[in-house]
Amino acid sequence: MLAYLRDPLHRTWLLLVTATAIAFLLREDNVIGDIAAAVTIVIAWLKGRLVILDFMELRHAPPLYRRIFEGWAILVSTLLLALYWEGPVFFASFK
Amino acid sequence: MDGLSANMTTPRATDIRIPGDKDVWVLIGAELLTFGMFFVAFIGYRALEVAHFNASQTALHRNLGLLNTLFLVTSSWCVVQAVRAAREDRPASVARSLGIAILLGISFMVVKALEYTELVSSGVGMTTDNFFMFYYCLTIIHLLHVVGGTVILTVMWANARTGRYHSGNTKGLETGASYWHMVDLLWIFLFPLLYLVR
Repeated sequence: MLAYLRDPLHRTWLLLVTATAIAFLLREDNVIGDIAAAVTIVIAWLKGRLVILDFMELRHAPPLYRRIFEGWAILVSTLLLALYWEGPVFFASFK
Repeated sequence: MDGLSANMTTPRATDIRIPGDKDVWVLIGAELLTFGMFFVAFIGYRALEVAHFNASQTALHRNLGLLNTLFLVTSSWCVVQAVRAAREDRPASVARSLGIAILLGISFMVVKALEYTELVSSGVGMTTDNFFMFYYCLTIIHLLHVVGGTVILTVMWANARTGRYHSGNTKGLETGASYWHMVDLLWIFLFPLLYLVR
């Protein structure tokens, strides 16, 4: 088992599965509402980043590629967080 | 000499390079931009009717969404193993890893079909409300990518069975692999947005 985890790609898979489970359980209990949803979006960003860097191998790509794809994940996650938190209040102000 | 020339052409995961064909990265970039706008539009529409979206979400089967996430993440990981096996000249392992990845891709489709059948039979369709309009549109477009990606994996599996991929030829395999990881990446955002965030 430990030898298995010495392989960085196996660790990546285990991290992805663990992060998925945490996000799922946060929703299941649903005790902390808004915070849980925000954490879920942050977890999605972290998982996406792992796929981009380790599975798509952009960790070792030319910096431009890495910036574009990591930048996409950061931009999308930030917009989602902003709209999740501020969207309802912001849109209501136009009603 | 052969060993030397093979060494010079075999890409390693740690070299500064872009895996596969450059064109596929343009496609992946375009897909990510499109889906990124869909994701933002979904949360934007949700902000207009939060309570309604939250109520509609309860009709979804979270367990099936979770199962499909595990299928795609593991399938992606199998494809990583296939690329690694090709670089290390283990042709049997390339085909086997791709075979498992394909079965997981098909499993995803079966679960999705179950979900749609269940929802439609309980009277929930695309025109039910905005939440389900987004749910059906986004998951169907994504599902088409899963189908396309599984076809690509199947072609590569057939190639791998004839020993096509080895340390001197990994580019085609990496191209298909990169596309499949994108399909995984999109679901990593879709699953929490549609099934979990409320």
